[in-house]
Amino acid sequence: MIQLSITENIHNWLFSIMPEGVASIVEMVLIAVVYLTIFAVTGLFLVLLERRVAAWFQLRIGPNRVGFQGLLQTMADAIKLLTKELTGTERADKFLYNLAPYFVIISALMALAVIPFTKEFHAFDINIGIFFLIAISSIGVIGILLGGWSSNNKFALIGAMRSGVQTISYELSVGLSLLTMVVITGTLQLSEIIEFQKNGWLIVQGHIPAIIAFMVFMISGTAETNRAPFDMVEAESELGAGFHTEYSGMKFAYFFLAEFINMFIIAAIATTMFFGGWLSPFGITESLPWLGVFWFLAKTMGLVFLMMWFRWTFPRLRVDQLLTLEWKYLLPINLVNIVVMALIVWLNLTIRF
Amino acid sequence: MTNEALQELVGNWLPELEFTEEESQFLNIHVSPQNLHTLMSQLKSNPETQFDYLFCLSGVDWGEKLGIVYHLESTSKRHIVVVKVTTEDRENPVLDTVYDIWATAEFHEREVFDFFGIRFNNHPNLKRLFLTEDWVGYPLRKDYEDDINMILH
Amino acid sequence: METEVVNTNFKSEEYFINMGPQHPATHGVLRLLLTIDGEIIKKVEPDLGYIHRSIEKMCERDSYQQIVHLTDRMDYLSANINNEAVCLAVENALQLEIPERVKVIRTIIGELTRISSHCLWWGVMGMDVGALTTYFYGFRDREMINDIMEETCGARLTMNYNVPGGLMLDIHPNFVKRVKDFITHFKTKLPEYDRLLTGNIIFQKRTIGVGILSKEDAISFGASGPVGRASGYSCDVRKHHPYSAIDKVTFNEVLKTEGDTYARYLVRIQEMWESLSIIEQLIDNIPEGEHRVTTNAVIKLPKGEFYQKVETARGELGVYIISTGTKNPYRLKFRSPGFSNLSLLNHIAVGGKIGDLVATMATLDLVIPDIDR
Repeated sequence: MIQLSITENIHNWLFSIMPEGVASIVEMVLIAVVYLTIFAVTGLFLVLLERRVAAWFQLRIGPNRVGFQGLLQTMADAIKLLTKELTGTERADKFLYNLAPYFVIISALMALAVIPFTKEFHAFDINIGIFFLIAISSIGVIGILLGGWSSNNKFALIGAMRSGVQTISYELSVGLSLLTMVVITGTLQLSEIIEFQKNGWLIVQGHIPAIIAFMVFMISGTAETNRAPFDMVEAESELGAGFHTEYSGMKFAYFFLAEFINMFIIAAIATTMFFGGWLSPFGITESLPWLGVFWFLAKTMGLVFLMMWFRWTFPRLRVDQLLTLEWKYLLPINLVNIVVMALIVWLNLTIRF
Repeated sequence: MTNEALQELVGNWLPELEFTEEESQFLNIHVSPQNLHTLMSQLKSNPETQFDYLFCLSGVDWGEKLGIVYHLESTSKRHIVVVKVTTEDRENPVLDTVYDIWATAEFHEREVFDFFGIRFNNHPNLKRLFLTEDWVGYPLRKDYEDDINMILH
Repeated sequence: METEVVNTNFKSEEYFINMGPQHPATHGVLRLLLTIDGEIIKKVEPDLGYIHRSIEKMCERDSYQQIVHLTDRMDYLSANINNEAVCLAVENALQLEIPERVKVIRTIIGELTRISSHCLWWGVMGMDVGALTTYFYGFRDREMINDIMEETCGARLTMNYNVPGGLMLDIHPNFVKRVKDFITHFKTKLPEYDRLLTGNIIFQKRTIGVGILSKEDAISFGASGPVGRASGYSCDVRKHHPYSAIDKVTFNEVLKTEGDTYARYLVRIQEMWESLSIIEQLIDNIPEGEHRVTTNAVIKLPKGEFYQKVETARGELGVYIISTGTKNPYRLKFRSPGFSNLSLLNHIAVGGKIGDLVATMATLDLVIPDIDR
């Protein structure tokens, strides 16, 4: 096996030059910079991808002038947003108003840190991996509610309340569908889950309940990030533009980017739990573990494309229909599914290769 | 029903109704403002006429008088009749509303008030419809003058 | 000392929202004042006049040929049918004998206009409920009709092809072939529309049972067109007061009984099929003849009153001319379909939610210049 032990080498080199405390701090700063870069580049790329995919569905071309095939388009948009005037309302609570976007970004970054891109490219491999992920995604709600409240605008507050209710409701379904897969693996740690999938991807191992869990996860994941067809909250722009009405310029860009990163995270979690993470199908490139990044990205981008497909095809659900869907349909299905999955594991009916 | 039969039937309901068919495709009934509401409700409720569709309510400035022209149709019998009412008072014209008979009259009467100045008794919401609240004058009258907004040949 | 201002039509839990004149989904410049309690709508009040151009006053100083040019700015999506209304009123008043060729061509172009208007309506309807791709599909098909119109009439939106006495020019030699190509193309596209929106469960949940209008209310409010027909009220002017070549073709009047938003949607989709069938019956046999009957250069209608009804894509348009024998009308009144359709918005939206209001307004298919004139 060819192993590029980059992380080990850098770790040893740093510890040999500086005293321990400083070396650890430098290491952490380095990792943070790498992940911030990933965050920024992924965000930029996803925005462009969404525009090109939307244009493809709508029988047109999309941005293709700025840079090769439009790759620098989002850079141009970012520069425009940076130079915009930051209008805040007069009687807004200044501290909370400025703090709100950071909550959303921090929760997105923390979730990114736990995801395994490949065997060695894994920043934070704790033993409660998936549990940690579900917990972190709940912190983003605080940012939304703070943003709506501190804007001192009654429509922003109503939009924030609705968005908060939606996110909190669908977190239940996200958590439960992931727990269904944990019943097979028996472990919460993400790298071990992927090791477990060397005998076949989890969606194949768990057959029927796993497929149901996957569908429920995709629906709830889309709803949790406030994307269509569940975006009644922000697309009701005829009345009030939701919780980020009063934000402009860079702060608005934070909310906007965070939505795309959340979409990426949902797709990444689905890839890890259902489709084998960075493993290649049938183990064809087992000997080149660094090719895992390519497989991981390919699978994640496929799921991201699926979420974009939803957005540009389906109409929106009304707010009360949204909540009915969760509480009366998805939640009971989830609970029954867990029981079925437990039965299948107990009776050794999983498919293994 | 033919125009003659209509004329006979309606003529028996109220005195002082004038019928004419000249210069028009349909039977015209002239009624005085006091009898307007009774005539209209009878035209709608009577089972032989059943005029349940008011399809056009137009205000007209006849020169000295202001008036309204109602075009009525029956959806079951498919006959059409025209009712006209005029008032001589140009300073403060008042007529009865027919909103309680046909709900479509609400917006039409607001438009007539906006452009001609005719007020309606018992109208639920008599405000100007197209022009702003503080507009002075009634534009569709023949004696309306406006040097800024009107260009005449 | 401050005194309390008590607003009588406003309870304390209700709040007030303005759906302002600028809309993302362009129905036109309409302002709605909504009184809302939580999510339930208590009162809807439209505020009109943003695009009022005093067309009726202008008609009192214009000649009849000039009036035709004003009419297609009213309901610009059924421009040809509006022109036809005034031309028919003038021709019936002068008792002119119109050649068969003119009548058949007027009917074909009228039905093409109806299909074009419904295509745009379908695109905007999808956009209002959130399926943003339908807008492009509707416009793609509408482009073909616009190209046909441009070749024959010279313009894409405000055609002005009808004049009192006939048509301004004869049809282009390519007209028949292009219309037939369009019919073949569109027949493959309408099932695509059904697959995208009509059968979608989310769309059905948003529209079934929403904004119900009963038949008595439809007649009392003067609703016409697809809005009335979806409530079971048979109001098609082409059936009851036929004009041009309509009495030569057979078509069905599409009626439904539920009166909700989904019924109005289905009525319009079915009307597109009916229009296609009307065009098919006429396109192969356009009679030969003159395309225009000469009238005087200065048209003077005889003294009297004249009323003409036509069926536009929105409903029943009425043209009422009072003439004193001069070259301008004494009074000209347009009875626009959107005006009556808008007045029932308060009646059907109260008690529903804001999302329902958006879906209902999309199916009422209002074009505000038609209402404001």
